Amino acid sequence: MRAEGIVMEFEPVIGLEVHAQLLTNSKLFCGCSTRFGAPPNSNTCPVCLGLPGALPALNRKAVTLAVRSALALGCAVNPTSIFARKNYFYPDLPKGYQISQYDRPLGQHGRVEVCSGERTAAGQIVNRRKKIFRITRLHMEEDAGKSLHEGLPDSDRKSYVDLNRSGVPLAEIVSEPDFRSSQEAYDYLTHLRKTLLYLGVCDGNMEEGSLRCDANVSVRPKGSDAFGTKVEIKNLNSFRFVQRALDYEIERQARVLAEGGRIYQETRLWDEVKESTFPMRSKEEAHDYRYFPEPDLLPLKLQPAWIEEMERTLPELPHAREERFVTEYDLSHEDAMLLTSIPAVADYFEECARNSGNPRAAANWAVGDLTYALKASGKEIEESPVSARELGVLIRTIDSGEISGKIAKTVFEEMFRSGEGSAPVIRRLGLVQISDEPALLGVIEKVKAANPRQLADYRSGKDKLFGYFVGQVMKETQGQANPKVLNELLQKALRE
Amino acid sequence: MDLRDAWEIRESVNRRKVSAAEVVEAALARIEAADPVLRAFLTVEPERVRARASETDAVLVRGNGSLPLAGVPVAVKDNICTRGVRTTCGSKMLFNYTPPYSATVIERLERAGAIVLGKTNCDEFAMGSSTENSAFQVTRNPYDLDRVPGGSSGGSAVAVAAGMAALALGSETGGSVRQPASFCNVLGLKPTYGRLSRYGLVAFASSLDNVAPLANSARDLAVFLSVIAGRDWHDSTSAPAPVPDYVAEINQPVRGMRVGVPREFFGEGLDPQVKKIIDAGIRNAVALGCEVSDVSLPHTQYAIADYYIIAPAEASSNLARYDAVRYGYRTPNPRDLSDMYRRSRGEGFGSEVKRRVMIGTYALSSGYYEAYYARAMKVRTLIRQDYDRAFEKVEALLTPVSPTPPFKIGERIEDPLAMYLSDIYTVTANLAGIPALSLPCGFTPDGLPVGLQILGNQFQESTVLRLASAYMQACPVSAPPLKV
Ligand SMILES: [Zn+2]
Repeated sequence: MRAEGIVMEFEPVIGLEVHAQLLTNSKLFCGCSTRFGAPPNSNTCPVCLGLPGALPALNRKAVTLAVRSALALGCAVNPTSIFARKNYFYPDLPKGYQISQYDRPLGQHGRVEVCSGERTAAGQIVNRRKKIFRITRLHMEEDAGKSLHEGLPDSDRKSYVDLNRSGVPLAEIVSEPDFRSSQEAYDYLTHLRKTLLYLGVCDGNMEEGSLRCDANVSVRPKGSDAFGTKVEIKNLNSFRFVQRALDYEIERQARVLAEGGRIYQETRLWDEVKESTFPMRSKEEAHDYRYFPEPDLLPLKLQPAWIEEMERTLPELPHAREERFVTEYDLSHEDAMLLTSIPAVADYFEECARNSGNPRAAANWAVGDLTYALKASGKEIEESPVSARELGVLIRTIDSGEISGKIAKTVFEEMFRSGEGSAPVIRRLGLVQISDEPALLGVIEKVKAANPRQLADYRSGKDKLFGYFVGQVMKETQGQANPKVLNELLQKALRE
Repeated sequence: MDLRDAWEIRESVNRRKVSAAEVVEAALARIEAADPVLRAFLTVEPERVRARASETDAVLVRGNGSLPLAGVPVAVKDNICTRGVRTTCGSKMLFNYTPPYSATVIERLERAGAIVLGKTNCDEFAMGSSTENSAFQVTRNPYDLDRVPGGSSGGSAVAVAAGMAALALGSETGGSVRQPASFCNVLGLKPTYGRLSRYGLVAFASSLDNVAPLANSARDLAVFLSVIAGRDWHDSTSAPAPVPDYVAEINQPVRGMRVGVPREFFGEGLDPQVKKIIDAGIRNAVALGCEVSDVSLPHTQYAIADYYIIAPAEASSNLARYDAVRYGYRTPNPRDLSDMYRRSRGEGFGSEVKRRVMIGTYALSSGYYEAYYARAMKVRTLIRQDYDRAFEKVEALLTPVSPTPPFKIGERIEDPLAMYLSDIYTVTANLAGIPALSLPCGFTPDGLPVGLQILGNQFQESTVLRLASAYMQACPVSAPPLKV
């Protein structure tokens, strides 16, 4: 039986654990900087080095960010949550335990509504539907350091440890096993990332490790309610890898079961080069973490009134904004999704829509030429040389017939290059559209005189030659003739 | 100069009758004379001490002012971090460890003009009741050189008892300052949990650990405590409760003070000689005008078992950081990472530490957590409630500190259970988090010191110190001469 066929008989059950780095200036339990890329072990102090006698002191900002995340993900925030020690030995874990939360996490019982659906080869979403995914818990914990086994001159003999990350604040977001396809898992992750970006609690940068994901996956015969044996997959450095690793793993498990084998509970690592998963050595995962309440920290108590205030002051979340874009601006779901993926892009679009009075055009420019130009120049939207206001002005100039859409593209490129407004660019390049009838008629007469044969052919019924005359006039006017006006004038003039 | 009176020293230094430099010279001379026999200190750096003393003198002259502990020489237990000075915790594991920062209590002492003389011997990571578990040396009792000074803060108790330092810092997890204070005829105070910052105190059992001061008088303890107490943002468990002027408070009268005697502390196992001295001490309290009554703390019998689950459990986690990766002892030529862990910890830790790490690891293991640690925390609540009820009726409790006088060196080292029972009267105060003090009460016919314990309600250090002060003024103990 072909792989497709085998997979069709099984249903995957997927759960995700996401670690999001909270955007604080200092670490979770000390004053050290969280800045990425500093020289090894420079952002450290007695607390995050785990020196004897040092004690943790909780960063309030991190609590605020975690609470806002929990609320945005529909979690109930516990008025009292408890920090716990997770004990294990590893060279990059300086205290021999990680301060996390266990029995009573910060947030519980969350749910998110996610738009999910299959993608066509072109990336179009088909079979779009809303799904509810439940979130088991959101808790706070500190990050560990980083072991460096490769890339240094004496790496064959030595391993190095960099503790700059040690103590960096994380929110761990654990989902219920609610995903039934790798696409659903992908859509959930995209939604989650977007939400965290909107809240400003995480920069969502997977390369720098500020967003990390582990997946649990099992398969079961279609129609069954029982859960199969789950396998944990780690080393997933992008959402695409998550999806690919899940697809690989679903097929692997389905094949093993179809051939009468059994699945072992284990942790597997994704190999992005071989595009497959392989088991981690079992010795490394045989942990009894011996959790117990962290005696160095008091239970975290939050005033209900403060939690309510945090909830009241949440920004408009991406899902709501996307829906609003569809209804308020009459955009397609795809455009609305693209435009809301980054808050700054959505803000840009809205300002541009307001200034142009033409939201559809604003959307087209924002997802089209603007995105392209930004990408080509390696700029973020905040650094765009063409402001949302100026782009709005440009759109109005097109809509008023002053310049053509085609010329507008040239104007935009020049605005992007020089940083000037549209009006000075149009003036400087002499790109104002010629709508003046006598002026255009003069050009038409000149073209007619220069092309007597074509004129005769046209008049004898070769209608296709109309385009030829349009082209000639455009050539004479360097493309500045107003196409609408030219069209009308030419229809008449060629018959005369 | 009497180095056993911190109050007099600071008065003399503040009035410029004597300089801090002269005080530390006297202390260093006393250490040089007595310590080769007593072996209380692990580290003394005379040049550093002299430099600190000169700085203090300069500060005093420049500011033309006074400091609460001007020129007072202080001995510090070697599990309290001192910037730039080796801090070993009595362990081979940290034989070469020098902290880059000082504990909050050290910062506060130095700001108050005190001079840290050196670091004192202790049981390894404060685990023990005799200071024999030190990886480095055996400290001797100044009243009988064949006997232990108690522990784990034995070195600190000996330093103040023998007049090598005016004050000393120790630490308490289950009686580690009160018991050596009792064995060495000095005062030792375990304050309320949270009264003193633990930042820089190397953790043994975080929910039980306290920094604890030792001195030769209640007044000295009061001024000492006033300087080092109070909220510290480095330690989340330090209490925001305001710090009273303990020196002013100890002069309040004790007549009419309601004092309880818990019957559970006078049962089997209490040495008759100790009982006789404690009974006399209780009669003295009556003579002072205290209203003494019988009280009950019914869960006391579970205290030792409870303590020896909670303390090792927390210790097993706290001591995980000694993994030979960043500092401390590392076994030569490890084969791989796991070999480095095993051999470094196996060679670096002594047997009592290993015993407790193993007990604690077991108690926290999956499947045993509920039966041991979680249950022990519940029993701990019951013990605390016993005290809450008792303190509704009385202001202070009087009990023995140790069931026996100081025992012989080597006598109990092979018998951990007998050693654990040394803590039977002291661990409850740590479990309940209340203040408790040991003060000199008398000597056995063999010339061995016996201490009396005063327990008070949460944050009532003033009450405890007031009773101790009144008692010592009315009933001074005449001590036999020191052996050194
Ligand atoms: Zn730090």
